[in-house]
Amino acid sequence: MTTVNMTVNGRKVSGEVSDRTLLSQFLRENLNLTGTHVGCDTSQCGACVVHVDGKAIKSCTTLAAQMDGTSVTTIEGLANGADLHPVQAAFREHHGLQCGFCTPGMIMTAVDMIERAKASGRKLDEKTIRAELEGNICRCTGYHNIVRAIEAAAAAMA
Amino acid sequence: MYDVNYHRASSVEEAASLMSRAEDGKFVAGGQTLIPTMKQRLAAPSDLIDLRHIASMKGIRVEGGKVTIGAATTHAEVAGSADIARVCPGICSLASHIGDPAVRHMGTIGGSIANNDPAADYPAAMMALGADIVTNKRTIAADDFFAGLFETALEDGEIITSVSFSAPVKCAYAKFANPASRYAMAGVFVARFDDGSVRVGVTGAGSDGVFRHKGMEDALTSDWNAGALDGVSVDEGMMLSDIHGDAAYRANLVKVMAKRAVAAAG
Repeated sequence: MTTVNMTVNGRKVSGEVSDRTLLSQFLRENLNLTGTHVGCDTSQCGACVVHVDGKAIKSCTTLAAQMDGTSVTTIEGLANGADLHPVQAAFREHHGLQCGFCTPGMIMTAVDMIERAKASGRKLDEKTIRAELEGNICRCTGYHNIVRAIEAAAAAMA
Repeated sequence: MYDVNYHRASSVEEAASLMSRAEDGKFVAGGQTLIPTMKQRLAAPSDLIDLRHIASMKGIRVEGGKVTIGAATTHAEVAGSADIARVCPGICSLASHIGDPAVRHMGTIGGSIANNDPAADYPAAMMALGADIVTNKRTIAADDFFAGLFETALEDGEIITSVSFSAPVKCAYAKFANPASRYAMAGVFVARFDDGSVRVGVTGAGSDGVFRHKGMEDALTSDWNAGALDGVSVDEGMMLSDIHGDAAYRANLVKVMAKRAVAAAG
């Protein structure tokens, strides 16, 4: 067993977990933050993407113990009270989801992608957005509206 | 995943000492291969020794034409390094196409090289760049390091601390990715050095893992031009053959990727 300390969505949390506990399990089962989804559980689908110290990672492919001492943001930590994050608002506006299962990971990946592009002064075009969505799988939308939502959010956050 | 004891090392010496006390330990860096393998119970180490927090294994140094990359440096950091891009853009481009953005934020160059997956990208670059693989015990030339599928010259408990190489005059990497897994079905790294010599590293295609192709190197040394590869033959007998592509298909892909790499290097 290991004691894990993290800041999750701005709140200091602590948990006693077995060393093999995945970050996705810790978030969902210990902290009841079930917005982070587990789809494939084999690092491919990206439903479990969260931000660790500002970078998107797959929480199903990381041990909670490896992330001791970090700051984690999950989908629950994006909105400001009742105000949706611009990426969440754009996904709603542009119908960037159908069943919604992949959406938390899509949105966390999109926020990371937009912020990295901003930091390096690059404009996100459709081709880049599609390439950057490599690690996120959606079986409903055909991606078209997701790409549109990310384009709109990038413009709103510019 | 079977139960495991996790340890975080803060120095190379501490990591080596933790490993020597472990019953059946494994080093973990980004864990992007090892954690999924453990989840499938294809690996079941008693102990995991985390190398990600060892300061001396992180970071990138470019001095003159000499590039040194700490083993715990992530793919995203290599892909985004302006210092490396100035002298060896081919390796930045290679790193920017490994896995996906989330994987690149965790996966490390040392982990990729130590695992020596026959379809991993970095080994091709290490071979073509004539890199030195530096461990806590010695320095191993890339030519002597990679020893077949998932096999390397690393001894038990030996830790890669950094890799270093002299920047070539020109280089590029071209990969034909499997449409589903995105691993290389053939990936070719070409590098041309200031003495005119050329080295070609091939990953994803060889039945014995990464290799250099002497015929292509000779052809490109005498004529640095994609067309110089027209007359070079790639031996089907040494190619992987599986449901994704048979040996003849892969042999052809190797040549096509080599030509694309030379064209991209300019």
